[in-house]
Amino acid sequence: MKYIDEYRDINVVTALSKRIHEVAKHSWNIMEICGGQTHSIMKYNLTSFLPPKISLIHGPGCPVCVTPLEKIDKALALASNSRVIFTSFGDMLRVPGSQGDLLKAKANGADVRTVYSPLDALKIATDNLSKEIVFFAIGFETTAPVNALSVIQAQKQNIKNYSVLSSHVLVPPAMELILSSPDNRVNAFLAAGHVCTVMGYRQYHSIAARYKTPIAITGFEPVDVLQGILSVVTQLENNTALVKNEYARIVTEEGNENAQETLWRVFETSDQTWRGIGTIPKSGLRIRKEFQAYDAELKFDLTGIKSTESANCIAGQILQGKLKPYQCNEFGKACTPENPKGAPMVSHEGACSAYFRFQNI
Amino acid sequence: MELTCPIPDNHFDKITIAHGGGGKLSNQLIQDVLVRELDNRFLHPMHDGAILQVSGTIAFTTDSYVVQPLFFPGGDIGKLAVCGTVNDLVCCGAMPKYLSLSFILEEGLEIFVLRKIVSSIRETAIKAGVYIVTGDTKVVEKGKGDKIFINTAGIGEIIPGMDIGAHQIQSGDKIIINGSIAEHGIAIVSSREGLEFGTTIESDSASLQGLLKALYDAQIPVRMMRDPTRGGLASSLNEIAVSAQKGIILYETEIPILEEVKGACEMLGFDPLYVANEGKILFFVPQEFSLQALQVIKDQEFGHNAAIIGEVTTGKPLVTLKTILGSHRIIDMISGEQLPRIC
Repeated sequence: MKYIDEYRDINVVTALSKRIHEVAKHSWNIMEICGGQTHSIMKYNLTSFLPPKISLIHGPGCPVCVTPLEKIDKALALASNSRVIFTSFGDMLRVPGSQGDLLKAKANGADVRTVYSPLDALKIATDNLSKEIVFFAIGFETTAPVNALSVIQAQKQNIKNYSVLSSHVLVPPAMELILSSPDNRVNAFLAAGHVCTVMGYRQYHSIAARYKTPIAITGFEPVDVLQGILSVVTQLENNTALVKNEYARIVTEEGNENAQETLWRVFETSDQTWRGIGTIPKSGLRIRKEFQAYDAELKFDLTGIKSTESANCIAGQILQGKLKPYQCNEFGKACTPENPKGAPMVSHEGACSAYFRFQNI
Repeated sequence: MELTCPIPDNHFDKITIAHGGGGKLSNQLIQDVLVRELDNRFLHPMHDGAILQVSGTIAFTTDSYVVQPLFFPGGDIGKLAVCGTVNDLVCCGAMPKYLSLSFILEEGLEIFVLRKIVSSIRETAIKAGVYIVTGDTKVVEKGKGDKIFINTAGIGEIIPGMDIGAHQIQSGDKIIINGSIAEHGIAIVSSREGLEFGTTIESDSASLQGLLKALYDAQIPVRMMRDPTRGGLASSLNEIAVSAQKGIILYETEIPILEEVKGACEMLGFDPLYVANEGKILFFVPQEFSLQALQVIKDQEFGHNAAIIGEVTTGKPLVTLKTILGSHRIIDMISGEQLPRIC
C-alpha cells in the first residue's frame, strides 16, 4: 500500500533502531499520547527495537477510555428511550457504564446503530423524521471538527430531530496535568499526530519550555514512532526541550485552520471530567449557546444522572503512566476484553486491551 | 345483482403466513419455487425424508446462515449456505454428497428474492457435486425474522485412509492457505455499510471439494484442515493450537492479502487476521510434502494464490506472528465482534 508500506519498511526500522541504541546513554521514560501509537507499538512489538534503557508509557489518548462514566450512563439512558435512535462510533458500544453497555442496551431492544461519521447519523435523521437521532460525539480534537460540522449542517438544513451527546477532550491540558504531578515520571512526549494535524502545534512550545520536556509530533506507523523516539531521546541526551515535528508529511505548525474554525464555531472550552483521572480545568469542549438546540443533554434533560466510578479500577493511574496494566490485580482475571471492568480494556487503543492482546513473548 | 364466490387468489408476489401453513399455498411454493429448481432422484419422491446410499464412514455437519445483505459482491446467502456446509465436510476429509435445506422465511419476503436465492443454491450445488435431498419451509410473522434464514446439513463420504484432525498435527508441519484472506468479511461490511473503496471487493465464497480431491489424488498426507470463517485466520489457528497442544508460528510477509482488502482494513480499523473468509482452507501437511502440496493447490481453480504461511512448533499452544518487521507478537482469540475504531 502506497504511503503506508514505506513507513513499515524493515530496513528503515532497523536503521532507526540502531541509531536509538547509539544515541541513548541514560534511562528515559517516554509517553506516547495517542492510543493509535500504543496500538502500533504493540502490533509491531516496537519495544523490541529499543534499548532496555528506554521505557514507553502509554498515555491518556484513547478517547473511548477517558469518556466519563456519567456520559456513558447518559448514553444508556438516551438509548433506552423508545423515541431515540442512538448512533455511535463502533468501539463506544462496549464501554461499560454503571449498568451494562450500549451493546446490551441494543440486545434489550434499544435502537443503537454504529456509524462511521456523524454525517451518516444526520442522514438517519432525515430518513426517520418521527424519531429523535442522537449521535455520541466523543473524541479529541481530531473528531471534534466533523462532529461540529454535523451540527452546522443540521442547523443549515433545518433538521430538528438531530442532537449530539458531546464529550470532547483536549490534549494539551492533560499533558500539563501529567507534567505538573509531583510523582511525574514522564521525561518526554510523543505528541498525537492526528490531533496536531487539526490543531497544529503552536500550543506545545510553551509546554516544552515550561516543563523542560522535549516533545516530538509523531505519526502512527512503526517508522514514525521510532523516528519520534529518536527525536526526543536525542534532545534528552543533549539536554534540550523543544517541539520537533516528526510527522511533517501531514502536520503543519498552524494545523488545519478550516477545521479549527468549524470546531470553534460550535464548541467552546470547558472544564471536563476524564474517566479515571478526574476533572481537568479547560480540558474539554461544550456546545455554544447558539447551538444548544442540538445539545442532547439539554434536549432530553439528563441532569438527574450522576455516576461515580469504581475504586477498584486503576485506569487513572495507568492513563497517567503511573502504573502498567499488568500491575492491576484485576488485569486478565476479572477484567478482560470480553468483560471489561474499566474503559482502557475496551478499545483496541486502550492501554490495557493493547497489553492484553499483544503481550510480548 | 350478481353473486359470486371469490376464488382464492393463488398468485402472490410476497410470502404470506399461509405459505407456511402446510396447505395448498405451502405446497405450491415448494413445487413452484423449490422443487422445480432443485429436483433430483432423491428429492423427487417427496417423502418426509430422503433415502440415501452411502459407502464407508460418513461425515455429518450442519450450519445456519443469517447474513445481511442477502446479496453481496461475490455471492449471496444461498451460495454461502451450500459452500459453508460443503467446506465443513471437506475439512473432515470427506467428499460432500447430500445436503438438506431448510428455510425460515419472514412474512413479506418477495418471492422473486426467494427464487433468486434458490437458483443460486442450485447452481452452487451442481458445482459442488452435491444433491439437495430433503428440506423444509417455515414462515414467521413480519418482524420475527430477518427476511430469510437458511439451515443446511450435509453428509459426505470420508475418503478411505483419510484421518484429519488436530491429533494428527506434528511439530514442523507446514500450514498452507489456498489464497488471499479477509475478502468475505470486508465484502459484507462494505456492502452493508455502503462503503466504497475504489474497486469492489468480492466475497471469496466458494466450495472447495476440488482442493481435497487434488491433494488426495497426489497422495499428499494432509493432517488437518480447517476453514477459517467467522473470527478469521487468528481464531481458527488458536483453536487448532489448543486442540493440538502445539505452538503455531505465522509469517506476516507470506500471508496473501489483496491490496484493496488491506486498505479497507486500515480504514476500518480491522485486523485482517480476524476477518471472515468463506472460500479458504488451512491445510496442515508434513514439511517434506509442503512444496508439492502447495503446487497441487496452486494448480486448482480456487488455489492460484496459495501460500505457505506458517508452521507448527514445539512451543506453548499459542499462535505467534512474525511481523513484517521481524518482531514477534501473540495472536490472540478475538473478543466479541471487531468494532470499527474511532480514529
